Amino acid sequence: MEFALLFKILIVVGVFVLTLLVALYSTWAERKVSAIMQDRIGPNRAGPFGLLQPLADGVKMFMKEEIIPGQANRALFILGPCLAMLTAGMTSAIIPWGDVITINPESVPFSEYFTFGESKTYIVQAADINIGILYAFGVVSVGVYGIMIGGWASNNKYSLLGAIRASSQMISYELAMGLSMIAVIMMTGSLSVREIVEQQDGFNWNIWYQPLGFIIFLICAFAETNRAPFDLPECETELIGGYHTEYSSMKLGFFLFAEYFNMFISCAIIAAVYFGGYNFPFMHDLGLSDNAIAIIGIFVFLGKVIFGILFFMWIRWTLPRFRYDQLMKLGWQILIPLAIVNLLFTGLGIIVFK
Amino acid sequence: MLLYLFYILSAITVGCALLTIFSKNPVYSVLFVIATFFSIAGHFILLNAQFLAIVQVIVYAGAIMVLFLTVLMYLNLNKSVESSKPLLIKIAAMVSGGLLFLVLIASFKSGLSIAPTSVRGDAGLIKNLGNTLFTEYLFPFEATAVLFLSTMAGAITLTRKK
Amino acid sequence: MKALTNRSKVAVDKELTLMERLYFPAVLKGMMITLRHVFKKSATVKYPEVEKEFAPVYRGHHVLKRDEQGRENCTACGLCAVACPAEAITMTAAERKKGEEKLYREEKYAKVYEINMLRCIFCGLCEEACPKEAIFLTDEIVNASYDRKDFVYGKDKLVEKMDNRIDITKRQKKY
Repeated sequence: MEFALLFKILIVVGVFVLTLLVALYSTWAERKVSAIMQDRIGPNRAGPFGLLQPLADGVKMFMKEEIIPGQANRALFILGPCLAMLTAGMTSAIIPWGDVITINPESVPFSEYFTFGESKTYIVQAADINIGILYAFGVVSVGVYGIMIGGWASNNKYSLLGAIRASSQMISYELAMGLSMIAVIMMTGSLSVREIVEQQDGFNWNIWYQPLGFIIFLICAFAETNRAPFDLPECETELIGGYHTEYSSMKLGFFLFAEYFNMFISCAIIAAVYFGGYNFPFMHDLGLSDNAIAIIGIFVFLGKVIFGILFFMWIRWTLPRFRYDQLMKLGWQILIPLAIVNLLFTGLGIIVFK
Repeated sequence: MLLYLFYILSAITVGCALLTIFSKNPVYSVLFVIATFFSIAGHFILLNAQFLAIVQVIVYAGAIMVLFLTVLMYLNLNKSVESSKPLLIKIAAMVSGGLLFLVLIASFKSGLSIAPTSVRGDAGLIKNLGNTLFTEYLFPFEATAVLFLSTMAGAITLTRKK
Repeated sequence: MKALTNRSKVAVDKELTLMERLYFPAVLKGMMITLRHVFKKSATVKYPEVEKEFAPVYRGHHVLKRDEQGRENCTACGLCAVACPAEAITMTAAERKKGEEKLYREEKYAKVYEINMLRCIFCGLCEEACPKEAIFLTDEIVNASYDRKDFVYGKDKLVEKMDNRIDITKRQKKY
């Protein structure tokens, strides 16, 4: 068996398990964060500090009775949450979790069973495709179908309103998101996420060059993941749950879980594109070997992502929900012009400084 | 291997395209169109044109069809008001459809004369594509951009309150 | 109109200043507020392990007191039922027979004394109305039940047990 293939399989499985685990514990962290911010304690019964709470929630979701409304479109009703979960899980392929790792064939246990190629370096990433960032955008733009199909198939006016809100919100904010990302792509001259990260060596992060673009991207990320203050598709007070009003059992769980999945992925993309990914300050002055730096880099990246998730939660439990016309006005009349201005200034800067 | 992949993808494409026409429910039609777009994106990847493939997904499947689906959701699909069209319109539709088919066959016939080997394998990669667009086809590219801008301005003017 | 608190602000429909329209200062301000709450002590009492102390004048379910010799104080005068705003109290009076002097303090006593705990609002007016210091509210909570008729407490549940006397000295009015 080829060792490169084994390494890739390990990376893919590891990434998948990690994504699931982080998304699972995001639900716990969300409840804990909200509790702490509201002077409460939060889940603390299942295991120490309530750490087994996500498992208990999962078991509950599986055990619940599954109801499909009589007038609902059965096939599409089932397809909706599946699509939401599928697209949420697809994006993690292009995220560079760490730098290259050098593995000598002699140091591998059971090395007699493997064949080794010429190269001794392996990247800690599922797939380094040269249009990585566009792939992420493509998957995100398709992700809205799960919500739309599920909302429409429920045959419920609240679900339908939620679905329509989700679709128009997604389309509106994708534009500003893409425009703010183009500024970064202009600076780096590459669409590959790994190359974007590699250019932010040490403390040379993109956020120092693109503060405005970062803020626009962050706001759009909130809107794209349907999180407060832009959680209009699922607002409880107006639409009693929006697109997942009619859902129960694990189908509801899929919808909710997909949201946390998306949050994790968007935090990972923000960390990779704007906060230097696995790079950390003074990484070359520590006198460590390249492999050690790469392994520390993985944890640094995860730390950045977790901080991002906590920031998302912090925002959620601070800000009230936008009104729908305010949302549209913010997207079309403020963020898109700002993103275009940012694009122009980035172009000017590139001409002047390079 | 690649050939079989091509056959499978083609079968999916044609099948989904046919199902688009034959499904009674407009929402199903839109979903099959989306599936068709995805399989066309697969064809682009087979031709090593990753950029075109992903743009196909983002623009067509991700933006345009979302709009289609949104509009469809506003309609009341429970009422089936399929009025029978008069005979004259049916004949006109048949003739115009036949003419379109003729044009398609003609273009297909001339297209067949291009040998597949004359296409560069890496033409769809983003660097080559950008180079071609901004040197050889700069004028059509910019003209299209201006056209889109004027369309946007037109739409805004139409919807503005007097 | 006079403001109710000193924190109230009069709503004015004025143009927002640029700082206000930027929205970001307000967002940061809000985030600082939530951040401050992270360091505050949580107000939760972890109930089954830690029980919150009741105030000495807490108004839980009622008790019909006995005196030192174990005789029921209640004389079934009905003042508590009259005072009750929720009309939760009903009673039937009876005359004390010969030989029952150990059981009842006065010549008249309550044969049936029922309080409907679903109607009771725990206002304590019965306690105030009682001329014989017979009925008091305690710091015990009415238990939950699946059946509505379980909430009609009769004398079996209300009258104080001699081996488990309830101390109400703290709630007696001091004149």
